Amino acid sequence: MKDLSVNLSGLILDNPIVPASGTFGFGREFAEYYDINILGSFSFKGTTKEARFGNPTPRIAECGASGMINAVGLQNPGIDTVINRELPELKKIFHKPVIANISGFSIEEYAYCCERIDKEEQVGIIEVNVSCPNVRHGGMSFGTSPEAAAEVTRAVKAVTTKPVYIKLSPNVTDIVAIAKACEEAGADGICLINTMLGMRIDIARRRPVIANVMGGFSGPSIFPVAVRMVHQVSKACNVPVMGCGGVSSARDVIEMMMAGATAVQVGAMNLKNPYICKEIIEELPIVMEELKIDRLSDIIGIV
Amino acid sequence: MQKQGIYKIITNVPLTKSVYKMVLEGDTSNITAPGQFINIELAGKFLRRPISICDWNETTITVIYKVVGEGTRQMAGMKEGEELDILVGLGNGFNTNIDKMKHPLLVGGGVGVPPMYGLAKKLLAEGKRPTMIMGFNTAEEVFYYEEFVALGLDVFVTTVDGTGGTKGFVTDAMEQNGILYDYLYCCGPEPMLKALHRGVMTGGQLSFEERMGCGFGACMGCSCKTLTGYKRICKDGPVMYKEEITFE
Repeated sequence: MKDLSVNLSGLILDNPIVPASGTFGFGREFAEYYDINILGSFSFKGTTKEARFGNPTPRIAECGASGMINAVGLQNPGIDTVINRELPELKKIFHKPVIANISGFSIEEYAYCCERIDKEEQVGIIEVNVSCPNVRHGGMSFGTSPEAAAEVTRAVKAVTTKPVYIKLSPNVTDIVAIAKACEEAGADGICLINTMLGMRIDIARRRPVIANVMGGFSGPSIFPVAVRMVHQVSKACNVPVMGCGGVSSARDVIEMMMAGATAVQVGAMNLKNPYICKEIIEELPIVMEELKIDRLSDIIGIV
Repeated sequence: MQKQGIYKIITNVPLTKSVYKMVLEGDTSNITAPGQFINIELAGKFLRRPISICDWNETTITVIYKVVGEGTRQMAGMKEGEELDILVGLGNGFNTNIDKMKHPLLVGGGVGVPPMYGLAKKLLAEGKRPTMIMGFNTAEEVFYYEEFVALGLDVFVTTVDGTGGTKGFVTDAMEQNGILYDYLYCCGPEPMLKALHRGVMTGGQLSFEERMGCGFGACMGCSCKTLTGYKRICKDGPVMYKEEITFE
């Protein structure tokens, strides 16, 4: 019997598989395909203080087999509706602690939303998105400087009781400096990486594919970048890391954990194959057997 | 309920220079309404390709698609017997349970025509008397005219250049033929949807298209604004009620 469980700041997950925010909504669509209670947890759709429509369409561009670009722009129903409608609905289909992904456009907004979501019993971890590259003057600026990322962390930690993970952008010069600044400011963990800023052009129409011009590139191609950053950050920090970026198989999960991840998020692949997380969870014990791993937590950061 | 499955191509033939008909064999039990779509995985492509369902029975699904890019070009090159990984039963589809509707008008533009076929069959089976108008740019592009006629309904063709049927747009055919109707169903390019949304006085349902990420409501890639709130074209649509649509 293989032990897939991992400990994320005191929260014991049955397995390390966590669908990434923005690719899993509030779970309902995937519950039509499989019982989502098999997941370790999942990170729900990035939530802001006010409801947001997000960017104009087209918001999606394909990048061949390598992945996709999205510029959704944080469309969400706002914190009130998430608490009053989405979480009660979620309770019917998901019986484990969920990860609450929070975004904001000011320190005060981050603090306001985190303080409110912290009181919800279904929330196990608060994941603060300081890295969404889609919103002008938005999250990007917080995640690109150690000082601003630390300021958000301090403000959120001051008003919450649950573990706070800061989700970082890879679109920076020194990811380690930002991660360490968050850790020193009190972050209980780090999640990385968010999408990489990208762009596609429709060469027949001679214009960008995406209305927003640029967007976040995700998918299998960013996996090596994610592994590298997870490795760097987990070596430099003492808090757990949730690895995210281009994960598409059980082998990727094991690689990400060897790089230093305690839990592993799966993002873009959920959109291509709605069963991907289920398949990975079923495949993990088989790959563990092949690699002579009995306890998955034994391999965290061994490289 | 949406489902994933493996489907075998049993027909893949051109209907015009750029429009193909593909018949797929596999589980169709989760298709619940005409106007729904399927999302096809293709080798070497990250995102699936959403294609509207033209017709279906217990064992096969018929789709008609236009070659507009790399993905659909790849589809056009596929042979009988090849298999595809497909998500089936996506989207809401057309609602035919409309109070007092007897003579619905069906309007399809280009590759907006195919979903009207399954819809026409359902309406006829329910005892309604639909009329079909199909709009194309030119006569060479016309497909499925005979198939609609064979269903036993009045079919009008329009072409923008006048090489086939009535010259002009579908709205010209509506006026010139004095078509009487009490409800509208439409699928076509946005200018057509706009013209009908503005010009038609009856109730109706319009089917929309957008670049999609997942196709099943998770990613918010294909959102639109409606008078009743934000909707996802893939999950809450692709069919929207005329009363809730805004083009602003």
